Amino acid sequence: MDDAAVRLESARVAYLVPRERIRSLKEYAIKRLKRRVFFDEFEALHGVSFEVARGEAVGIIGRNGAGKSTILRLVARVIPPSSGRVVVVGRVAPILELGVGLHGELTGRENVLLQGTLLGFSRAEMRRRLPGIVAFAELEDFIDAPLRTYSTGMAARLSFSVATDVDPDILLIDEVLSVGDERFQAKCETRMNQFRAAGKTIVFVSHSSRQVREVCDRAVWVHEGRVVQEGRSAEVTDAYHEWSLGGAAAPLAAAAAGREPGGP
Amino acid sequence: MSASGVAAPAVYDSARRGWRPVEEARALWQYRGLVQELIYRDIKVRYKRSILGVTWTMLGPLLNMITLTVVFSALFKAAIANYPVYFLAGVLFWNFFSQSTSSAALQTQDANNIARRTYVPRSVFVAAAVGVALVNLILSLVPLLMILAVTRFPLHVTWLFLPVSIVIGTLFASGVALFLFTLASRFSDVREMYLVLIQVWFFLTPIVYHVSIVPPKLRIPIWLNPMYYLIQTFRNPIYEGTLPTLKVFTTSSLLAIGFFAAGWVYFCHRSEKFALLS
Repeated sequence: MDDAAVRLESARVAYLVPRERIRSLKEYAIKRLKRRVFFDEFEALHGVSFEVARGEAVGIIGRNGAGKSTILRLVARVIPPSSGRVVVVGRVAPILELGVGLHGELTGRENVLLQGTLLGFSRAEMRRRLPGIVAFAELEDFIDAPLRTYSTGMAARLSFSVATDVDPDILLIDEVLSVGDERFQAKCETRMNQFRAAGKTIVFVSHSSRQVREVCDRAVWVHEGRVVQEGRSAEVTDAYHEWSLGGAAAPLAAAAAGREPGGP
Repeated sequence: MSASGVAAPAVYDSARRGWRPVEEARALWQYRGLVQELIYRDIKVRYKRSILGVTWTMLGPLLNMITLTVVFSALFKAAIANYPVYFLAGVLFWNFFSQSTSSAALQTQDANNIARRTYVPRSVFVAAAVGVALVNLILSLVPLLMILAVTRFPLHVTWLFLPVSIVIGTLFASGVALFLFTLASRFSDVREMYLVLIQVWFFLTPIVYHVSIVPPKLRIPIWLNPMYYLIQTFRNPIYEGTLPTLKVFTTSSLLAIGFFAAGWVYFCHRSEKFALLS
């Protein structure tokens, strides 16, 4: 087996957008009788190919709506590719957006169990990991209090601690590094570096060139559902930065021509 | 660092996927911890800030039973001996069915919210809805036993058959819940429609009354009602002290297996589309 942790081969994703927003079964029945139920396909990715080697940290940059988050959703198995292929080797843990799966009435401890099982881990394993998670989040004194008494920062710390403690092979991060105060951010960065040192793979989505350059070895620039450029993160982020400021047309033309994967 | 307790790395290959219903079943098994957590969360949250706590589950049917017994006794007492036991045995099973199906329909928003952000087999939400109702059904056997004691109704040995009845009921409820969950994920009015339907359905099922009071000409809708057979599978061992007749048992088993299998396949083929629906 080759050593790619994540491989996308001409992965295409077409979301289904109802042409008319049919919300109710009644409307659907009427429209169906008149044969007027249509979906438009919105192609968020037009065949994207790239690889992330095991132990590598790769950043995905691009404007809003370029398809960055769609790539992450493909890797996380949230959506299947409409065509093409996605191969992921290893356990994947996405850092969940704030509040997903968290429940205000339950205590911090119970939320750790809930969130861990949401990532596919067993309850026994989560119980074993609990002390470490709580210690990292620095919430020892509050862990038995209901989550509704937590501040946003505290909840975010708990969330980050769970996702990074469960020892995934591949960590997916979607611009959530800005959680918590500065001290906690520094801790997060330290942990990310430990992650990398331990040979884990990181896929990091951001539109901040600075963050990508700090965290990643390589970067992939996506524009309108196509890969514009991939390579060393400094080069790619520079090109991206230049383009965003100056509006250089070259990358767009390359993207429109449907670049073949692999070429530098 | 070694991969703790994990044998081979999980490989996901979108080009080499099995048959959806089999894949979903495997994923559900892998995420069984989440099902337990969701059940626990639901029960705990519901009773957390109440003084009586979980006893509500037992008090609920008891109060319900007392009210309805008072109301219906006058009408049906002559026709049905030990009316409270007859009614309670039926209504407990009905509550299990209606709770698991309607809460599956009500959970779609919550479920899609989570499943859009992280990979979770969506069937965990249906399993949790049925699981919560199942826990409530088992807890509510306590007030039923209390009623038996108070009314000096015999505790038949046929109670031993109840686990079988509950398995059949769970399969059927899960099948209906899977259909509802799938439809409710797509159409927002399915929930409301179902909540109305289930009220009507309750009165079309012989729970407060006995089928013998229905004029023979009007019995066809009752015979076509799956719950007619499923209720008997559960109630007969408690109330009559007999096993369900072979006809009732076969009919309810086939209905349960049929609905479950069809619901599962339908659900599996549809559920992945939800993520692509924007």
